[in-house]
Amino acid sequence: MEILDTIKGTYIRSMLKEGKRQDLRALDQFRDIKLRAGVIEHAEGSAQADVGDTRVVVGIKMMPDEAMPDTPDQGNLITNAELLQLAYEDYEPGPPSPESVELARVVDRGIRAANCIDLASLVLEDKKVWSIFIDIYVLNYGGNLFDASYLAAMAALLSAKVPHYSDGAADHRRRDTSLKINGIVASTTFGKIDGRLLLDMDLNEERIADTRLTIATDGESIRAMQKGLSGAVTIGEAEQMIGESLVQHKRLKSIIERAAKE
Amino acid sequence: MGSSLNKPELIVNGKRHDGRGFDQLRPLRIEAGVVKNADGSAYLEWGDNKVLAAVYGPREAMPKHIADPSKCIVKCRYSMAPFSGIDDHGRSGPNRRSTEISKVAREAFENVILLNDYPGGMIEIFMEILQSDGGTRAAGITAASVALANAGIRMKDIVYAVSAGRIDKHIVIDVDMLEDNYSDADMPVVVAPRNNDVLLLQMDGGLSTEQFSEAMRMVLEAGKRISAEQKRALEDYYKMAKE
Repeated sequence: MEILDTIKGTYIRSMLKEGKRQDLRALDQFRDIKLRAGVIEHAEGSAQADVGDTRVVVGIKMMPDEAMPDTPDQGNLITNAELLQLAYEDYEPGPPSPESVELARVVDRGIRAANCIDLASLVLEDKKVWSIFIDIYVLNYGGNLFDASYLAAMAALLSAKVPHYSDGAADHRRRDTSLKINGIVASTTFGKIDGRLLLDMDLNEERIADTRLTIATDGESIRAMQKGLSGAVTIGEAEQMIGESLVQHKRLKSIIERAAKE
Repeated sequence: MGSSLNKPELIVNGKRHDGRGFDQLRPLRIEAGVVKNADGSAYLEWGDNKVLAAVYGPREAMPKHIADPSKCIVKCRYSMAPFSGIDDHGRSGPNRRSTEISKVAREAFENVILLNDYPGGMIEIFMEILQSDGGTRAAGITAASVALANAGIRMKDIVYAVSAGRIDKHIVIDVDMLEDNYSDADMPVVVAPRNNDVLLLQMDGGLSTEQFSEAMRMVLEAGKRISAEQKRALEDYYKMAKE
């Protein structure tokens, strides 16, 4: 396996020298994106994102809950990510890995910072609020989990229906109203290999990448950023990636909106 | 980002709530070589933050199966003492926030440590936040960087960390707890001063492209002062050791 990795890595690097990628994509080009909402009928909202070989399902559930003591006037938002063992040979069982914690927190951060969900509208009665659970399930790891997870999470939220609530209980079989969504945040993740920046890395690229930068925007402002891996980025490169991310947002947003409507 | 209710005046007459200018750091003081058992260590006070950092290694990687015959592995642990905050008693042990910070801090250090110089080895970096007042990951990483140098670990650079933020239309540097709770953006950054490479970059809130560039300019300016204090701490330690 390691020898194969080295050969693949050498191949990717030699092609990159000429500005090419093994699948003939441009450096600033996404793989094919398929986004479908409503894949899990039992969930309040759901979506499956396929970005190249990466497959992520996000399910949204809503439960009546106690308000958190420091935010009594808001609903709760809880985001979790599972890197399922069946999704990749190197994923292991056990407590959440730093990678899965990072994925969940970065997705949560962008959605929260952009105020995509109007948390203040989720108060049910005194001290009782909705808790919204965003569960990110990675079903196949093919690189770039961040962008796939943002796409699936936003489409799931946008198509979510709020259960009927009376007498302190939720009726999940009666979902009357749509969840109120204020804006759409989408991310773009760039990798850096031998000094070259490339958008939407696949599995083989991600395995040899020096560094990674995820930028989530709402089309106007940067809402969240996260650099990963031990390589460096220059300030100029960061500015370039931010510019590109704001451009990409338009297309990603329309993909999310189309998926939620269908 | 805190709730907008009861938002205090964070900027009055062009000054911040504690009287600082937008680009002004809180008082920073670092002392190297404070944990006797460790191979390297540092104690840092930055505003009301109090941080102890210690480094063990390089030593043989344990358990053995994690060893990498080509290079050294780095372990990093950031944690906050349950008594560190001014409000409630915190929970001990790792949580999701500290897990993430430990990960991104490790990645930043892996960039500057000459990993190939210590094949099969392991370096452990500990950052204990004893008292917290906002910007604790920056404080922890700035201290740990001194601890690594104090341990004699071969590195390309001594990195520094600082957090930039936005309050209304103003970009500010070294965000404290009160500002962090109500600010419009928070962006912790780790920089290698020799070439201004960015080794850690996180952000949440809202920033325009121009505001990002302004924040980075201010980070580099503030970084000169942070680097100077790191070097002073190390020089003082070795001066004392000589005497």
